[in-house]
Amino acid sequence: MSVFTKPRWNLLPDHKVAYTNARLIDPESGLDVVGGLLTSGNLIADLGAGIFNAGIPEGATVIDCSGHVLCPGLLDIQVHFREPGQEHKETIETGSKSAAAGGVTTVACMPNTKPVIDDISVLAFIHKRARETGYVNVRTYACISKGMQGKELTEMGLLVEEGAVGFTDDGLPVMDSQVMRQALTYSKMLGVPVAQHAEDLNLSCGGCMNEGAVSTKLGLKGIPNASESVIVARDILLAELTGGQYHVLHISTAEAVDLVRKAKARGLKVTAEAAPHHFTLTDEAVEEHRTYSKMNPPLRAEKDRAAIVEGLCDGTIDAIATDHAPHDEDSKRVPMDIAAFGIVGLETMLPIALTSLYHSKRMSLRDVLAAMTYKPADIIHVNAGRLKKGAPADMTLIDLNRDWTITPQAFQSKSKNSPYVDTTAKGRAIRTVVGGETVFLLEA
Amino acid sequence: MSRLADKKSFAFPKHLLGIRGMAAADIAAVLDVAEGYVERNRATDKKHAILRGQTQINLFFENSTRTRTSFELAGKRLGMDVINMSVATSSLSKGETLIDTAMTLNAMRPDCIVVRHPQSGAVQLLAENVHCAVINGGDGSHEHPTQALLDALTIRRHKGTLKGLTVAICGDILNSRVARSNILLLKTMGATVRLIAPPQLLPAQPQTLGCELFYNMKEGIAGCDIIMMLRLQTERMVGPLVPSIREYFHFYGLDRQKLSLAKPDALVMHPGPINRGVEIGSDVADDIERSAILDQVEMGVAIRQAILEILLKKDA
Repeated sequence: MSVFTKPRWNLLPDHKVAYTNARLIDPESGLDVVGGLLTSGNLIADLGAGIFNAGIPEGATVIDCSGHVLCPGLLDIQVHFREPGQEHKETIETGSKSAAAGGVTTVACMPNTKPVIDDISVLAFIHKRARETGYVNVRTYACISKGMQGKELTEMGLLVEEGAVGFTDDGLPVMDSQVMRQALTYSKMLGVPVAQHAEDLNLSCGGCMNEGAVSTKLGLKGIPNASESVIVARDILLAELTGGQYHVLHISTAEAVDLVRKAKARGLKVTAEAAPHHFTLTDEAVEEHRTYSKMNPPLRAEKDRAAIVEGLCDGTIDAIATDHAPHDEDSKRVPMDIAAFGIVGLETMLPIALTSLYHSKRMSLRDVLAAMTYKPADIIHVNAGRLKKGAPADMTLIDLNRDWTITPQAFQSKSKNSPYVDTTAKGRAIRTVVGGETVFLLEA
Repeated sequence: MSRLADKKSFAFPKHLLGIRGMAAADIAAVLDVAEGYVERNRATDKKHAILRGQTQINLFFENSTRTRTSFELAGKRLGMDVINMSVATSSLSKGETLIDTAMTLNAMRPDCIVVRHPQSGAVQLLAENVHCAVINGGDGSHEHPTQALLDALTIRRHKGTLKGLTVAICGDILNSRVARSNILLLKTMGATVRLIAPPQLLPAQPQTLGCELFYNMKEGIAGCDIIMMLRLQTERMVGPLVPSIREYFHFYGLDRQKLSLAKPDALVMHPGPINRGVEIGSDVADDIERSAILDQVEMGVAIRQAILEILLKKDA
């Protein structure tokens, strides 16, 4: 059984916790030693190999990590918590509980709620609900355009002052190049990224899966790779023109990965994230899992999946993010054409990433964890993702060798729409610490 | 007026198309001439008919209150016959080209045409097709030289000099002819110019203007002697370039709090028309201790008289 506790957010410095016998890993600095870590209130007070040699500080609670990996709390910088507006699919409470169960201590929500997050009042509502009901740090993007209509910019300055971490119109990408130029220009001044769900809506034209051999076989309408890559190419040119910071959400095609690689080589402020399903599954999965493998961008061909892995390995892709998209069964148990796009991902991100990237020996543990800690933190410029003195006491304790057969029905998320049903994975978060308190504990 | 004896030294021997090309001595001389008209305009008898018998045509392709009225008053006070033409009543609304209009008016032998036009460069094009003097009353986003000169006169009368002052120009620099003329004039006269605007309201390569750039108004305004606010064209800008008036005023509207960061005696200026609550708060705009907005209007008549005199007065 698992134990969940909501953080109190306001621990006093005399609330001390000593984590002993831990394999401390800080991906940014490269630290990888067996030692201890002390939190004081909601901050990390000290860490290192011998910090408890003189004894545990008086009054500190002791947690024996049994040699497991204690790393910075994971980030997932693309989630949908459906509140306000679709609370039957997910709420900030259930979504953040799902995050805690997956070892994720900070999330960035997408703004396609109902109403959309294009006004400071909606942003303030989400922050209030996160404070009252959340298990982890809940941050959020705001819309680029009013009503996500792609025409007029939102009050970006006021939204950043209210705490927006960046801007995106999510599933309704900005098609008007002039609006995109202005968004990148304005956000440059504000020091936040413009993130794009890169899709030319005219090219995807109502498609429901990848355009390729499988769509041909199944008689389903396809979404070509070019629908993603033409927008990424355009946006990179606009980022160069404006000097703005551009982030590609859930990159899915080999062509787009190559564009980002070249943009980085030219020194542009361009970053990208990839979702676990895009580096582990292909459109072949659609035959077996049908609507539970329908998401946007769609699962692509094997060459694209391999290109995503390659992009993660060489650093072209900075971050892993899940695009956690909860949907009730009624949205999925319909024909492929009209089923909702999206799958949940918070509770499977770490196990899938460790299994497919680390245990498969494609990437080092440090690099896999980097893509879920300081690198995504730097994309949205939040103070997170690092084990160091004075940093927030947000940590994840990972049992690298814990075998787990994924059972979506046991997810904390309100929705169970995952293609990873009965998939076996190795490695799992066994304790999640937010603001100096354990919010999730997986009991053996 | 003896300093005008050497009239040929002026950079605008025939026309006044812009501040570009004017030397500091030329500008100072215009201001000196205008000083005399300031006093004269405050007297009961304002006529000083040195240009009696000459004809001035005000040809305005854009709406105007201040510029057109003050050019008309300036001409009349100098004894000229002044005609006002607006686009609505001209043959341009019947499809005539700008050059045809220019040649038609030229055939009536005016001595001076004052032109305002929404397109940059249109005033120069017209000037190349007439024989009389042409005064630029504002062309597109290019120049508005008499505005810059009247601003300079206002500043000089308040501060004694322009040299060494720090002047912040804040707002829609991208579309402002007032900003371009003022930048040229202020730098020529030895002032330091700061531009304050969000990046989307700056032209493509603002660093080439030779000014200090600030996105943050609070930083840009700190320690300034003069704050020139520019009008936000809400009808054109809100939506495509500026998210909302609320956001614009929050970051770029001149209110008491932001004004307190400038020098204690900093002067607030605005070419008008002002948008209260958009780029300037009413309490600041109406504060006669700080706001020189109506002084600017008064100086406008004197400057335009000085320009007419310099361009049109026949040597005795």
